[in-house]
Amino acid sequence: MALLQIAEPGKSAAPHEKKIGVGIDLGTTNSLVSAVRSGSCETLPDEAGRHILPSVVQYTPEAEVVGYDAIENAVNDPQNTIVSVKRFMGRSVQDVTSTWANLPYSFVSAEGNPAFATVAGNKTPVEVSADILRQLKNRAQSTLGEELTGAVITVPAYFDDAQRQSTKDAAKLAGLNVLRLLNEPTAAAIAYGLDTNAQGSIAVYDLGGGTFDVSILTLTKGVFEVLSTAGDTALGGDDFDLAIVNYIVDKLDIAALQTRYHRDLMEAAKKVKEILSDESSAVFCAQLGEQNIHFDIDRTTFESLIQDKVDLSVNIAKRALADAKLSQKDIAHVVMVGGSTRVPAVRNAVGEFFQCEPLTNIDPDKVVAIGAGIQADILVGNKPDSDLLLLDVLPLSLGLETMGGLVEKIIPRNTTIPVARAQEFTTFKDGQTAMMIHVLQGERELVEHCRSLAKFNLTDFPAMAAGAAHIRVTFQVDADGLLSVSAMEKSTGKTAEIQVKPSYGLEESEILEMLRASMSHASEDMQARMLKEQQVEAQRVLEAMYAALEQDGDELLSSSEREEIEQALQKLEQLRESAGTDDIKQQIEAVDAISQTFASRRMDKSIRDALSGQSISDI
Amino acid sequence: MTDYFALYNLPHAFQIDESLLKQRYQQLQKLTHPDRFASASEQEKRLYMQKNAQVNDAYYVLKTPVKRGEHLLALRQFPLPDEQATMGDTEFLMQQMELREALADADNQQQLEAFIKSVESLDEDLTQQIEQALSAQDHASNEAAASALTKLKFLNKLAAEADNKLQQVS
Repeated sequence: MALLQIAEPGKSAAPHEKKIGVGIDLGTTNSLVSAVRSGSCETLPDEAGRHILPSVVQYTPEAEVVGYDAIENAVNDPQNTIVSVKRFMGRSVQDVTSTWANLPYSFVSAEGNPAFATVAGNKTPVEVSADILRQLKNRAQSTLGEELTGAVITVPAYFDDAQRQSTKDAAKLAGLNVLRLLNEPTAAAIAYGLDTNAQGSIAVYDLGGGTFDVSILTLTKGVFEVLSTAGDTALGGDDFDLAIVNYIVDKLDIAALQTRYHRDLMEAAKKVKEILSDESSAVFCAQLGEQNIHFDIDRTTFESLIQDKVDLSVNIAKRALADAKLSQKDIAHVVMVGGSTRVPAVRNAVGEFFQCEPLTNIDPDKVVAIGAGIQADILVGNKPDSDLLLLDVLPLSLGLETMGGLVEKIIPRNTTIPVARAQEFTTFKDGQTAMMIHVLQGERELVEHCRSLAKFNLTDFPAMAAGAAHIRVTFQVDADGLLSVSAMEKSTGKTAEIQVKPSYGLEESEILEMLRASMSHASEDMQARMLKEQQVEAQRVLEAMYAALEQDGDELLSSSEREEIEQALQKLEQLRESAGTDDIKQQIEAVDAISQTFASRRMDKSIRDALSGQSISDI
Repeated sequence: MTDYFALYNLPHAFQIDESLLKQRYQQLQKLTHPDRFASASEQEKRLYMQKNAQVNDAYYVLKTPVKRGEHLLALRQFPLPDEQATMGDTEFLMQQMELREALADADNQQQLEAFIKSVESLDEDLTQQIEQALSAQDHASNEAAASALTKLKFLNKLAAEADNKLQQVS
C-alpha cells in the first residue's frame, strides 16, 4: 500500500518518479512504438518478439483484430479488413472515392464523413487509427509496466491541417495524452542527430509505402531548424509494387484477373521488389485461382519501371532545397527513412543528387519511431538539461478566399511554428453587415485548387460604406501545426473565432463521448477517476502557485493583486477536500484567470533576465 | 504593439548585427519554445505558445529589412503609407517599368543572373538611404525612410519574380 505523501505548500512532495513518454510512428503500412530505456531509445516488441505492428485492422462481430493476425485475414475478408487507413485520414468521401477507385470497402457517408461499413458497424478512419494506437499503447504499458505520461506521434511533414487534426483525434480516442505531433523527417533527423552530434545541413529523404517527404534541416548547437519541407502524399513504395504488377499483367495479358487478385499480385510484387534489393533477378510467383504464375524479372527492368517515380521524388527534393535557399554542396548528410529506401536505385539516385553517401545505419523502418521516442522522453521532462530543441515549420501555406475565387496567403509555407499573423480585409458592398471567412491551405492561387479547411461567418457588424469596415483576421498555428482562426470587426470589436476542424473531424465532446463509451469501467468508476484527476490537478496548481508567489510575488505583484490570488488559492484548497469534480474544475479555471497577469509578468521577467545576462557576458 | 527590438534586447536601429540577432533568436527559442513546456500547466503552455509565436514573428520582422524599417517607423508612431497609395516618384516608376521589361526579356540563366545582380545593387543603395534616414528622428527623415521603404518593396517583389523565373529555367 502506498504511503500518504505530505508536503508543505510550495514544496513539492517526494521527487517524482520517472515519467514515461513513448514515440509512435503511425505508418501507412506499419506502425511502431518506442521508448527510452536505460539511456537509449528502442522500439518495443510484442509478446512474440515482433517490433512492427502492421497497420491493419480486421473487424469481426465480436472484436477487432489488429496487426499480423489481421493481415492473414485480409485476403479472406477484405471488406472488413482495413489496410493503409492513414491514406483516408482527414479526407472527405468525395476525396476518397475519386482518388481510389478500386477499394474493396463499402464506404458510407454520414454528413460527408467517410466511414467503412463493417460487420462491427460503421468505422471512421479516426476510429480505425485509434484501434491501432490502442494496441501500441497497451504494448508499451505492458512492456514498461507503467501508465504512460504521454506520446509523441509522428505525421508526414506534408500532412495538412485536416490530416493532423484527425491524427490527434485518433490518439485522444485511444486514450493517449498527445505531447506533440512530430513531422516524420524531423524525427528521423533527431534519431541520427543525437548519435552523431552532426553540425550543418541535413536532408531527410523519406520514402514510405504510400507517402513521400523530404525535409531540409540545419543543426547548430542542439537546435534543429527545419528550413523547408516538400512532399507528395500519394507517392511511395506501393507505386513500385504497382509498376511491377502492371508490367506483369501487361506481359502475361491477364488484365481480366487484375481486379479480383489485386492483393495477391501486389504481395507477389512486393516480394520481388525486396529480393531485387539484394539480387540481380527474381521470380514473380503468384497463385491466381487456377492459374499459377511464374515470371522472371531482373533488376534493370525493375529500375526502368520505377524510373519516373524515382525522378519525381528527386524533383521534389530539388524544390525543397531551393526553398531552403541551399544547393547540393551545402548538404552534409542525407538521412534515409522508410523501407522503400532499401531499393538500390533509390539510394543511388539520392546519393547522386545530393553528392554524398546516404546514411542508412539506423534501420530505415524504425528510425522515425526512435526519433519520436527520444523527443517524447525530453518532452515529459526526463532530460531537463537537454539542449536539443526542434524548430519546425508550416508545410503548406494558409490563406483566405478573396474576391474572384482567389486565395490570399496569410502565412506562407515554411514559416517557423508556432506563429500568429493577422491581416486586414474590408467590405466590398455598401451596407454589408456580414463577411464569410473561408480558410484554405495550399500553394495554388485559385480557391478550387486549394484544400478548404473551414468556413465561418462574422456577422452583425454595423452597415458601413464599402471599404469602411476593417476586419482583422488572425491565424494562429500551434506547435503541432494545428490552426485556429479568429476574426474581428475593428470599429465594433465584434468577434468570431474557431478552432479549425475539418467538417468531417470530431468535436471535443464527441471524442469524450466515444472514449466514455469504449471504456469498460462502470460510470461510477469513471466519475471517481475524474474526481481524483481534478484533485491531483488542484494539488499541482496549488504547489506551483505557492512556489511562484514565494519566488516572485513580492517583486511582481501589488499587495491587492497578491491578496486576490491568495484568496482564490485558499478557496481552491477548501474545494479540493470537499467539493465535486465540476466545482474543483471551475475554481482551477478561476485561479488560472486571476493569475494570468502574474504568470505573464513572470514569463517576461525570466526572458529579460536571461537575455540581459547574455549581453553582459558579451561585453 | 509589441516592441520587437526590446524583446530581442537590441538597440532601436535599422542597422542590425545579424549574428547577434541569430544568437538571441536561438536563446529566445530555448526560453520560450512550447516543447520546453510540454508537461507544464495549461496556463503556461498557452502563455509560452503565444510568446514563442511572437519570438518567431519578431525574428522574421527583424531579419527582413523592409519589415524591420516599417516596424521602427510604427514604433515611432509614424503612419505607414497605405498599400494602395500611389507612388509619386515618376523617375522611380520609369526605372521600374524599364526593369520589368528587362525581366520579361530575360529568358536564360545568364541574363537572369545579371538582372538579379543589377537589382541587388539598387537594393543596396536604397538600404543605405533607409539606414541614413532612420538614424535621424525628425518627421522629414521618417518620411524619406517611408518612401525609400516603399521603393525597396517594389524591388523585393521584382527580385522574387526574377528568382522564380531563374528556378524555372535552371
